Amino acid sequence: MSLDINRKIIQKNAFRITKKRNKTAIRIRVPGGHLQTKYFSIIAQIAEEYGNGSVHITTRQGFEIPDIDFKFITEVNKLLAPLINGLECSIGVSIDNPEDGYPAAGIRNISACIGNRVCPFANLDTTNLALKMEKEVYPNNFHVKIAITGCPNDCIKAHLQDFGIIGMTEPQYIYNNCIGCEACVKVCTKSVTGALSLHNHKIKKDHRRCIGCGECILKCPTSAWVRSEKTFFRLIILGRTGKKNPRLATTFLNWATEDVVIQVIKNIYALIDKEIDKSLAKEHVGYIIDRIGFNVFKAAVLKNVTLNKEIKVAQTLVFMGYQYEKDVFMNLLPHSTF
Amino acid sequence: MKKNITKEEFNKIFNLLSEYYNVYAPVKKKGDGAFSNTDIIYYEKVTNYDDIEWNEKSTYSPKDIIFPISQTIMNFTYDQVYVPDIKSIKPIYILMRPCDINGIKRLDEIFLRNGVEEDFYYKRLREKVFFALIECVDGFENCFCVSMNANKSSDWDFAISNNKHQSLISIEINEVKNSKIKNIFESLFSTNTTNNNSNNSNNSNNNDNFEIFYPEKNFKKVTLPNVEEMPSFIYTDSKLWDEYKERCIACGRCNTTCVTCSCFSTNDLHYDDNPNVGERRRVWASCHIPKFSLMAGGHDMRKDNASRMRFKTFHKIYDYKKRFGEEKNHMCVGCGRCDDNCPEYISFSTIINKLSARLISKEKI
Repeated sequence: MSLDINRKIIQKNAFRITKKRNKTAIRIRVPGGHLQTKYFSIIAQIAEEYGNGSVHITTRQGFEIPDIDFKFITEVNKLLAPLINGLECSIGVSIDNPEDGYPAAGIRNISACIGNRVCPFANLDTTNLALKMEKEVYPNNFHVKIAITGCPNDCIKAHLQDFGIIGMTEPQYIYNNCIGCEACVKVCTKSVTGALSLHNHKIKKDHRRCIGCGECILKCPTSAWVRSEKTFFRLIILGRTGKKNPRLATTFLNWATEDVVIQVIKNIYALIDKEIDKSLAKEHVGYIIDRIGFNVFKAAVLKNVTLNKEIKVAQTLVFMGYQYEKDVFMNLLPHSTF
Repeated sequence: MKKNITKEEFNKIFNLLSEYYNVYAPVKKKGDGAFSNTDIIYYEKVTNYDDIEWNEKSTYSPKDIIFPISQTIMNFTYDQVYVPDIKSIKPIYILMRPCDINGIKRLDEIFLRNGVEEDFYYKRLREKVFFALIECVDGFENCFCVSMNANKSSDWDFAISNNKHQSLISIEINEVKNSKIKNIFESLFSTNTTNNNSNNSNNSNNNDNFEIFYPEKNFKKVTLPNVEEMPSFIYTDSKLWDEYKERCIACGRCNTTCVTCSCFSTNDLHYDDNPNVGERRRVWASCHIPKFSLMAGGHDMRKDNASRMRFKTFHKIYDYKKRFGEEKNHMCVGCGRCDDNCPEYISFSTIINKLSARLISKEKI
């Protein structure tokens, strides 16, 4: 009996069509990219009993177990239940029946750099925020990529996401603690944006240049720079790879609070639902906004959002990217030239 | 005079004391650590028991209370100069562990007895300062106060212990000193007082016979160099110092957290709107911070970080004693803050031990 599969359904169930006939692969979400090792045994069991004994570590910090027969989807989903319970339900994601596997695969795994659980540069626990965000956006069928990075080093490559969230702190200067050693000036000038300078043996900060990385705090030997109570975020948007027009994300919000970031991202779904080109198999959110215009996007995502007082909102989006059709200068040179 | 008191009684004493004194103690500042979601402990004004961090070593020493990080020493307006007065500053009590009390005594030596004259600015603040002891029994990870003979002190007006009795605070008043707290204490707890109505006052009386303990041994032990005069080879001994050229990044944390580092620089600043008006400040400067030995014309005496390390090491465990006499201790009190805070994991106690071993091995050769 030949297989009869509803591709739309199994894809939403986080399985996929693969190169090999009759074989599928399951994608496992690991929100925030941090996993208790107890789950490895489940992944191993699925790979060994139903796959080929191997697992692919995805670029989004999940796992993809290949070479699973379509006919074992039910069994695999049963085995996945403790993972879905532990990684999704336990953080407040509402999933009716974890034994049925993943309820959606549109919104991709929310990836995060290692964050301040380990990294000295990180301005926040990025995994924790990923878990919070997961609860707000999952399950959802629209294809949206979100990544969270602890500082503007952007190790998670937030610049290639639809929504890249960059953690910031607003360094607070304690004038009397400063000895004018210029450790902060040096690091900011050499490695960051040159927001700091020495004036009258103390430090002057150009707030417009400050990107909230916290390097000055890390370098200060007298704790004359300390972290702000609030953690802030730069929300960069609509970065992408892809076959049409790869580009880096650009700043939409600067010095936004966590609440604002979460609300803005939640608001995107209604907009996608309204504006998506249904003639396509899928349309990435970036292309939708390219089509409808920034102002429509801005009005939709900021709807009913109370902005914090420190926030700055982009008036326009300036992208740095390229289009393949512009690569006309990429001519093949005659071999003799070399 | 010794007594076990409740937290409420402790706060009552502190309230009365605060009328006459600013009381400084280690305070944990949530989120003020350099890394996100970390804390830092430094000396701040306190008014009650719960303000105080009793269990952990402070990140910074209390020295900035007497030797401020940045201190205006004169104001000038055209040809007139004023020395800012400190009349408005109340007398000060600092609650310290024994190493820090000994550390301040080292600063006294440097600021009051090193030069021809006493340091005016240090002296006038120092005269306002009185010591209280926070009992320290086990020390901490990087402490080596016992090796530095800085584990004990009797130079306190009162001592506080949290370890004697689970729910009570043990407090001992130094009978030898005629301190304000002695009067406060006597007025609150004199045996004639009849308003001791709480049940635990009976309890506590039974345990009033406690002793204040001092650390008797540390996790870290250092062997100090046993030489009258440092042999000249040791100043340029590459085996000993060269690794610090690379390892030390000259961030200065070992200096700024040290209780005995006392170097400073003076800065003149001219106000932007009128450069004829301004002030002169005394600001911490340290051997591991750039510009420390930079001279006019741009000549730097200690360009590489290894020479700075050698300078500091000798200063802390050789030069000071040589300067002030054999009966004195070394400058370093073994508080271990340099080791606690070095981002490159350079251990000063290890350097001392390596230096001593090197002196011995070279002698044998």
